[in-house]
Amino acid sequence: MAELTAAPHPGNGIDPIRAEYMALTRRKRLYGGLTLLVFVLLMLSGFTLADSRNAGGFWDGLHRIFDFPAQVLGEAWDKIDLMPAHLVKFFPALIETINIAAVSTLVGAMLAIVLSLLSTRGLARFPALIPLFRRIMDVMRAVPEIVIALVLIFILGGGPVPAMIAIAFHTAGALGKLFSEVNENASLKPVEGLESVGANWTQRMLLGVVPQVAPNYLSYGLLRFEINIRASAILGFVGAGGIGYELKNAMSWGQGKFDEAAAIFLLLFGAIVVFDQVSSHFRNKLTHGGGA
Amino acid sequence: MLLRVTGVTKRFGANTAVQNVTFDVAKPVMIGIIGRSGAGKSTFLRMMNRLTDATEGEIRFEDRDILRLRGGDKRAWQSQCAMIFQQFNLVPRMDVVSNVLHGTLNRRSTLATLFNLFPQDDIHRAIDILDRLGIAEQAPKRAEALSGGQQQRVAIARALMQDPRIILADEPIASLDPMNAQVVMDALRRIHEEDGRLVVANLHTLDTARRYCDRVIGMRDGRVVFDGTPEQLTTGVARDIYGADAGFSEAATSTAIEALDRVPA
Ligand SMILES: Nc1ncnc2c1ncn2[C@@H]1O[C@H](COP(=O)(O)OP(=O)(O)OP(=O)(O)O)[C@@H](O)[C@H]1O
Ligand SMILES: [Mg+2]
Repeated sequence: MAELTAAPHPGNGIDPIRAEYMALTRRKRLYGGLTLLVFVLLMLSGFTLADSRNAGGFWDGLHRIFDFPAQVLGEAWDKIDLMPAHLVKFFPALIETINIAAVSTLVGAMLAIVLSLLSTRGLARFPALIPLFRRIMDVMRAVPEIVIALVLIFILGGGPVPAMIAIAFHTAGALGKLFSEVNENASLKPVEGLESVGANWTQRMLLGVVPQVAPNYLSYGLLRFEINIRASAILGFVGAGGIGYELKNAMSWGQGKFDEAAAIFLLLFGAIVVFDQVSSHFRNKLTHGGGA
Repeated sequence: MLLRVTGVTKRFGANTAVQNVTFDVAKPVMIGIIGRSGAGKSTFLRMMNRLTDATEGEIRFEDRDILRLRGGDKRAWQSQCAMIFQQFNLVPRMDVVSNVLHGTLNRRSTLATLFNLFPQDDIHRAIDILDRLGIAEQAPKRAEALSGGQQQRVAIARALMQDPRIILADEPIASLDPMNAQVVMDALRRIHEEDGRLVVANLHTLDTARRYCDRVIGMRDGRVVFDGTPEQLTTGVARDIYGADAGFSEAATSTAIEALDRVPA
């Protein structure tokens, strides 16, 4: 107590602090440099590995990358008159894909909110269990959607439900991590104010934390929605329905169906551009406009 | 006995913030706790409201040891023992009336909270309380759009909405200018006199304690070193509480307008 309140001795008191801070700074810089070095080495080694494993070499196959789109474009151009009909035909499949993405983003985000609150210091309902909830999110984030989807399709059969569950699961982990970082920056004062009136944990989170972080949640959620449209399209390839499924059919039964594939690409591309624009518009508004 | 505090101690690791605090309160009065920074005033109030757990001791309110309460009982006690903070601790993005209505959360279900369903009677009462504190016209504004003095009155309104037995105030005027400080202290005093509630306020200025309180408790290094009426609080005693040297002047701890006038500019 006495040491804590004693007046600081200028001169000899400040030097150790300076020295310690400089040491800390140097260590930080060293670590920063090392990280960069490791990163560069990893990039180099990864590239040479990929190059050596690639049958026939990466460079030899490079020109073939352009053969496929050329063929697709060629076929599509030949049957350009069928394009509007194709677009109309595959539009419902696109809607299904977007639907899957929307539902799974919503479900995943709600799970993520709960998980993130449970794993933020100062807010957690059970502070001792913070590491547990963090690990749960790590696992959810680490497992790719396609792995979960494949397992679920094996158990439940094809269709949109396994895709929704798979994407929601991965989304909960990915958003949970981001949300908990947002939560860390939330002011604890309103939360404490609510605690002092006898509000329970859920009430404190709903009224004390959520209003502060909602714009950030929404912005990350929109970003995730975009990602999930792509994920949902890809999952169609493994039998989860939607536009990915149509694309797979158009491409694998190949012979003469590349015009359909082109129509599907066009739809998908259009959808992603539209949602990208819409979400960046809203995210800009949320971060610069300060919300409603 | 209304309130009986016995041997209350709080340790943070090796540091004892509050040590063996003991006092009784027989009837609802207005008590000021004074002491310099780090004396343990906030820690003591936070233990009474149960924001911080005590290490040792008991606090009996009407013969019930409130330091032993857990879960829902603890929250029910908190709703009976309102707290006002130096930094107001409102929800800044929500409107004033909602902030006042938060005083009723202990009685509201979580589901009702989710959909922001407060009964109309409560909404009317919240506005009446705001009116009593002279800020009814601020009702629809966001809390963050108000001045510090107005925000503190919203916080007092939230406390009143709880209809509490005790109002604790932790340096309620420390972030306010002298004008607003006076308005807020007058409001607290009025609440004490008109509603007969026990008020315990941490104050960092002597003259505020002298002017508004019926009883003053002085703390130093976690211990109670003075407990008496404002009249007994002489400059010598004050010097002892603040651990100040002979150059100690009362005006140095003052934020009141009159005291400022006394200091030659
Ligand atoms: N959460 C905490 N963890 C560790 N130590 C704490 C904590 N809260 C308070 N303390 C310590 O307890 C002691 C008393 O602090 P407290 O905030 O109660 O003092 P105070 O009288 O309210 O001072 P002030 O006038 O500055 O508000 C201080 O030494 C402080 O460092
Ligand atoms: Mg304090």
